[in-house]
Amino acid sequence: MLNLAIASGKGGTGKTTIAVNLALTLEKESTPVQLLDCDVEEPNAYLFLKPEFTHKQSVGIPVPSIDLDKCSFCGHCAEVCAFNALAVLKDNVMILSELCHGCGSCAYLCPEKAITENDRPIGIVESGTVNRIFFAHGVLNPGEAMSPPLINAVKELGSSDALKIIDAPPGTSCPVVAAISDSDFCLLVTEPTPFGLNDLDLAYQMVSRLGISAGVVINRSDIGDSEVEDYCLKNKLPIVQKIPWHLEVARYYARGEPAVKHLPEWQLLFKELYENILSLWEGAVRK
Amino acid sequence: MKLAVCAKGEGLNAEVDQRFGRCPFFVIVDTEKGEVIESLSNENAQAAGGAGPQAAQLLAGRNIEAVVLGNVGPNAIEALKAARVKVYSGVTGTVEDTLKKFLEGSLKLVAEATVSSHSGMRK
Repeated sequence: MLNLAIASGKGGTGKTTIAVNLALTLEKESTPVQLLDCDVEEPNAYLFLKPEFTHKQSVGIPVPSIDLDKCSFCGHCAEVCAFNALAVLKDNVMILSELCHGCGSCAYLCPEKAITENDRPIGIVESGTVNRIFFAHGVLNPGEAMSPPLINAVKELGSSDALKIIDAPPGTSCPVVAAISDSDFCLLVTEPTPFGLNDLDLAYQMVSRLGISAGVVINRSDIGDSEVEDYCLKNKLPIVQKIPWHLEVARYYARGEPAVKHLPEWQLLFKELYENILSLWEGAVRK
Repeated sequence: MKLAVCAKGEGLNAEVDQRFGRCPFFVIVDTEKGEVIESLSNENAQAAGGAGPQAAQLLAGRNIEAVVLGNVGPNAIEALKAARVKVYSGVTGTVEDTLKKFLEGSLKLVAEATVSSHSGMRK
């Protein structure tokens, strides 16, 4: 089934709002759906969905540890490390675990087989259900920089039996690429402001490089200017839905309440949004 | 002895650099002869992370016994200690000026970091 990523260059445009309201709309339509919150630095979809977590697991990345009795201090491990996580200093080896990406090259290529790998915890994944929605997210340890392995662990909890909604982190860097890389379609959420446009452009360049079909959701579409729409038109980037600003929605949001639960017109907006994605996706598959 | 001085350029007349891991050059001097052995380019000056320990590794690999620097971060000082490279602070003016101070014995030995991690990236 469709693997749908929801991303944005700019933060605070409404990714989580879209992800949660879309999941609830689809559930109501009896479409099997799962929501994977991959914004592991600031997961917040659970605040709105309020799932009951039934599974919790620590996630780590393998970092090297050196048996100094076997080590010949040849320096090969430091040479092959792309992230300066090892320094060979005469008869000592310094390991900078926080720089290690866990690729395993040092251990694999050590001529003396002096390196073993131990997991360094970086965060946890939690999953559970709320009504018929399967929900999972990751929580990165405070101060931790290495989020992609945790994002991949969240994604592994998903299944191919139900429509998958990936709530991606904001921006265009490694964590976003990890979150959206195997998606069929990517929704780029933006707002009609100069900031929104600047970051939409960055995000569109990113998905184009990754070869993922994309469409735009303009949130708070009745504020700002028309430059985002002009940009989409110029780049033949489809606008999937426009969501107007709405005081009641903001009030529900502040109470941790998804708007589709209370406003029938929002359900229609999201139903239409989904239908538009499906027809774009089917069009892309046919091509 | 082989002494390294953190510098912005090559040779005795080069201006010193206050940073350790991210200085562009280490000018290696023979302190007995007062001559430059080589001006070693610091290939990790622009690294995203771990520049300090990599610089320590570079110096250790050339059997350098001491380094004169301005500031040093926590990972770099640990790496220099592990490599048994003596650390002096107080680079001033040019490499030659700094060498003079070293020979006079007026430079301070450093045992702890003088700045926090990544300080060299902010300059």
